[in-house]
Amino acid sequence: MGRYLGRKAVLYALTFFVAVTVNWMIPRFMPGDPVQSMLGRASVSDPQARAAMEDHYARLFGLDVPLWKQYLGFWGSLFQGDLGTSVWLFPTPVTEVLLDAVPYSLVLLLPAILLSWVAGNRFGAFAARSRWLDNTALPLSYLLTATPYMWLGVLLAWGLGVVAGWFPATGAYSFALTPAFTWAFLSDAFAHWVLPFLSLFLVAFGGWAIGMRNLIIYELEADYSAYLRALGAPRRLVRRYAFRNAMLPQITGLALQLGTIVAGSLLTEVVFAYPGLGSLILEALNNRDFFLLQGAFLFIVIGVLIANLVVDVLYVVVDPRTRIQMQGGA
Amino acid sequence: MTVEVSELRVHYRTLRGSVQALDGASLEVGDGEVMGVVGESGCGKSTLGKSLIRMDGRMRHVGGSVRLGGEELPIADDRAMQRFRYHEVSLIPQYAMSAMNPTRRIGRMIRELLESRGVRYAEVRRELERRLELVGLGADVLKRFPIELSGGMKQRVVLVLSTLRDPSLLIADEATSALDVANQRAVAEALVQFRDRGFIGSMLFITHDLALVAQLADTVTVMYAGRSAESAPTSELLRRPRHPYTRMLLSAVPEVGTTIDESRQEGIPGSPPALLDPPSGCRFKDRCPLAFEQCATRPPFIEVASGHRVACWKAE
Ligand SMILES: Nc1ncnc2c1ncn2[C@@H]1O[C@H](COP(=O)(O)OP(=O)(O)OP(=O)(O)O)[C@@H](O)[C@H]1O
Ligand code: SF4
Ligand SMILES: [Mg+2]
Repeated sequence: MGRYLGRKAVLYALTFFVAVTVNWMIPRFMPGDPVQSMLGRASVSDPQARAAMEDHYARLFGLDVPLWKQYLGFWGSLFQGDLGTSVWLFPTPVTEVLLDAVPYSLVLLLPAILLSWVAGNRFGAFAARSRWLDNTALPLSYLLTATPYMWLGVLLAWGLGVVAGWFPATGAYSFALTPAFTWAFLSDAFAHWVLPFLSLFLVAFGGWAIGMRNLIIYELEADYSAYLRALGAPRRLVRRYAFRNAMLPQITGLALQLGTIVAGSLLTEVVFAYPGLGSLILEALNNRDFFLLQGAFLFIVIGVLIANLVVDVLYVVVDPRTRIQMQGGA
Repeated sequence: MTVEVSELRVHYRTLRGSVQALDGASLEVGDGEVMGVVGESGCGKSTLGKSLIRMDGRMRHVGGSVRLGGEELPIADDRAMQRFRYHEVSLIPQYAMSAMNPTRRIGRMIRELLESRGVRYAEVRRELERRLELVGLGADVLKRFPIELSGGMKQRVVLVLSTLRDPSLLIADEATSALDVANQRAVAEALVQFRDRGFIGSMLFITHDLALVAQLADTVTVMYAGRSAESAPTSELLRRPRHPYTRMLLSAVPEVGTTIDESRQEGIPGSPPALLDPPSGCRFKDRCPLAFEQCATRPPFIEVASGHRVACWKAE
């Protein structure tokens, strides 16, 4: 067990290291110079004042020292939670800008991931036992998973938002309101949340449902199912075993799909102008705010890594086979 | 209880048509007897075994009947068969190595199975442990997962589990084939011991291993291409085989331990007919050295001596 977790920890640490390094490179090797961009805003013409400002900003952004020092310094401030200063919202620290946006992303992502997984698995297992459902729901599920996240988002925004007018199609709440724990605000925020959530949920739901349906059918044909049936075990018991065993690959699937779903949610936020990390990334790109971009990517990478770790550990807990093999190996 | 299978015909539905896997299989097993069922791979042994306990969705009962202790088994009626399964008729499947749910502890799986069949686990727990001990396993296997057991151990657990309800008929489908020689002996002996102690009524011992049959079976049925070719008490069959196929099988087995499939490669030329569209008449006629005109019609499976039945026009 210890050795397995140790190996995993090394793998995660390595991934984290590479991700941070790549992140560090973004503002430094992308076209566009953050210092020039700040100067452009100030529109100073006096060359002396300009040079002084150039100095000032270079120091502020930490660009006045050799690259290797910048790199080490980046790690140092990272561990203090300091991701630099935003160019777009100067002089707000990047961390602060991000922390404002993260709750919106989480509020979309977590329910979409978990609910689609649970509901998709249940539905897939259910569809596998009814020929009628299998024939109608399955093609629909295939259609759903094959739909790009953004595309379904646009479709929903247009259909249920603009044409039907059931739900607002942009923003996280109405302009007239300010965030507060009041009934008026929460219900308004919920209405804004429905469409982006739905477009994320539906695409993922279709995928889980198909996966589960196929896995269940495979498990029901497995030898242990045949043996139970031969000994007269009722359908309920056979199905319970099959469902449980089919869940295991779905847990692995969840870990594999996390990245895709997160990427999908970034696009979905953009479609619905939902003020999470996705919209922030768009702004950062438009404003050439590479520090903000860097910070946003870092947040996402850390989030996905943590989620993966959780799923990994969960898998070990639920599958006796890996557990036993690990005991044997360690 | 006695088991009588007469002219049983069970086909598999496939996209290309029906596979006539069983097309007139007959046998009689006396109360408490062990009958060896032998024949080349694909001759319908497992199909026969499955037909007696549970037909899968692709199998179709076309004709013939099965009687257990004088009562007709409703083999084509999945629901009506339910009360016989496990309690009266039980099975050690050919795939015993993978017969247990890999993600459940063995004891828990057994408990859930028993309770789903209306048996209180607490009431049979001691008996279960006693029988595990009889086959050389400790009660601690109940706390383990199947992957923690060796193949021989799994086979024994399935043997104990399958026979826990003291079935009148046990179908042991290749219960020893996947094991090494030492384990083969041990499992075969355990089966006979269980029969002697009354845990098992009659038994169909399906195998490829003629030497094992010679050792532990009271009677033998030789199957060929979905039909019974010959059936007799073991010593009688070994000494005086009447069917040309049985003779070739036996003469092709130079020493004990050889299986029928190995012997086929050396001894009997040709291969069994395809069961999707089998030829009419005697199904052995393409490979039979004695074949003559009459073999174009199917020979009846008739008694030629006491307890000795043969399906061949040339058997006198
Ligand atoms: N599900 C199925 N669908 C179609 N045909 C099948 C199916 N199962 C078995 N058969 C065919 O039925 C025939 C008998 O198969 P069966 O499994 O009973 O043979 P067997 O005598 O047990 O062979 P073995 O010694 O290899 O176990 C074979 O020709 C096989 O191809
Ligand atoms: S019936 Fe004819 S073909 Fe068949 S085994 Fe007898 S002699 Fe051979
Ligand atoms: Mg078989």
